[in-house]
Amino acid sequence: MGKRRPVSYYLLSLFFAAFLLFLYGPMICVYLLSFQGPEGGMSFPMRGFSTVWFETLFKPGGRGVGDIHNSFFRSMRMAAIVAVLTMLIGVAAGMSFRRRYPGANFVFYSAITSMVVPGILVGFGISLALNVLGLRPDWWYSGIGAQLTWSLPFALLIMFIIMGRFDRSYEEAATDLGATSRQRFQYVILPLILPGIIGIMMAGFTSSYEEAARGALNIGTGNTMPMELTALLGAATTPVMFAIGTLTTLFMFVTVIGTLLITMSLARRRQLRLVAQPA
Amino acid sequence: MAVGVSPRTASWLQATPFALIMTALVIVPLGIIVVVSFMDYGFAEIIPEFFIGNWTDIFKSTLTLDLYETVLRHIVIVWAITLVLGFTVAYYLLFHVRSNFWRAIFLTACVVPFWTSGVVRSVSWVPLLGREGLVNQALMGMGFIQQPISWLLYSEFSVLLVYVNMLTLAMLGPIANSMAKISPSVIQAARDQGATEWQTIVEVIIPLIKPGIVVGTIFVVTAVMGDGFIVKSMSGNQVNTPAGAIMNEINALQYPPAAAKSVLMLVIVLLFVGTLLRFVDIRKELAR
Repeated sequence: MGKRRPVSYYLLSLFFAAFLLFLYGPMICVYLLSFQGPEGGMSFPMRGFSTVWFETLFKPGGRGVGDIHNSFFRSMRMAAIVAVLTMLIGVAAGMSFRRRYPGANFVFYSAITSMVVPGILVGFGISLALNVLGLRPDWWYSGIGAQLTWSLPFALLIMFIIMGRFDRSYEEAATDLGATSRQRFQYVILPLILPGIIGIMMAGFTSSYEEAARGALNIGTGNTMPMELTALLGAATTPVMFAIGTLTTLFMFVTVIGTLLITMSLARRRQLRLVAQPA
Repeated sequence: MAVGVSPRTASWLQATPFALIMTALVIVPLGIIVVVSFMDYGFAEIIPEFFIGNWTDIFKSTLTLDLYETVLRHIVIVWAITLVLGFTVAYYLLFHVRSNFWRAIFLTACVVPFWTSGVVRSVSWVPLLGREGLVNQALMGMGFIQQPISWLLYSEFSVLLVYVNMLTLAMLGPIANSMAKISPSVIQAARDQGATEWQTIVEVIIPLIKPGIVVGTIFVVTAVMGDGFIVKSMSGNQVNTPAGAIMNEINALQYPPAAAKSVLMLVIVLLFVGTLLRFVDIRKELAR
């Protein structure tokens, strides 16, 4: 590798900086404006600096807040359940592809279909199906089911990446040492793919939390976060909307960083074990 | 096998929950949409009688054509811009940034904005692009314009801007994934043969990242095609697309005509994705 950077490096660095500005510019406006003074509005200039919009958010019956608290808990509850189901069902389906079997193509192409078909069509179809069956939509079955059609295909694709990097010789070694298939999964495969599995759970969590097109018609009474935010958006006149944005971002930040730290410490513990007991 | 099932049965058992959900909640519902598209309707009810009117209505007026012309324009513009942006950033991160640490930091930096809700991210353009927004204030302050520019917000421009803002990552990700698989020795070989940086990009890198481009294209095109929310909120209800028209009819409880329009969109999307997938084996590509 040459030591001197080519001119293109500096041009591309500038380009990347501009790209980051394009991504972050609007976000920074949200964070700044959420601290807008009590007299200020939804755009610049800042009229003072206050936390009044965060206080409004937590005051009972605060203006422009709507039903955001309940929506948040509804979304959290659904996202947690969707994350766990996505992990269980997606990992199992991914494991099935380790062997050839009749029907594998159906599973794969149904996942691709679900991923590429616009969400409103899937959501509409499910709501028509409920209509035909004479069922009323409710969050715990049709709502979660609709969101799984979005999170599961990604879980399967992530499993393909994980399995592609998986070194089968570890597993063969376990078999040679007389491990049962259950022991093989528990002591060899699972620890190796654990970071990836946590990634699948995170993907399930965030895709549920952000999802509205498929769920909207099928969750029954009560809005989820994206639906409630959309409703608030239409009537928004104060920076409360931005305070919600800042707080939910902070929440996601803590969740993601927390998960990353847990994954890293798991990986490190495994490494330490490997060092402590050289094979 | 210790549990006493054949490997084939084991695979079937593992895939069953997944296959059941996809069948019951995707395949069957899409089939029901097809059936309902041929049914008559009254006020907020579906009348189970054969009725071709939903279909003839679609092709009688020029409205359908206009809507698809709009969304096709959006798709082409957004695809071209996200492709150039995504490629350039991925190329910089993988072939110019030399330290793994900084590459990881930069990639994370591209993802972090997406932890904020999409709704908040689209409203965040208002203080920038509005009549009293920062962009107009800055342009007027510098004396470039006397009147605030009004087409920055609630226009086709702001719709396309938000699409590009949200979808560049969907193009960047698959392209970066493909680039990461190119062995450095291949690039070195091209350089040793005297290829310029541009020649290396055109003759070596682009042919090798075609699968990534295909996957990114599928993500971007299907996202724009299926969007009714961004186009409505960012155009101030001035621009309509096929997905927006379907949403309007669903909200008006006119299910059979909405179903016919949905089937049309379904056919277009599946034909498009099916054609692209002939050129790349996603499963092999991911597992590589």
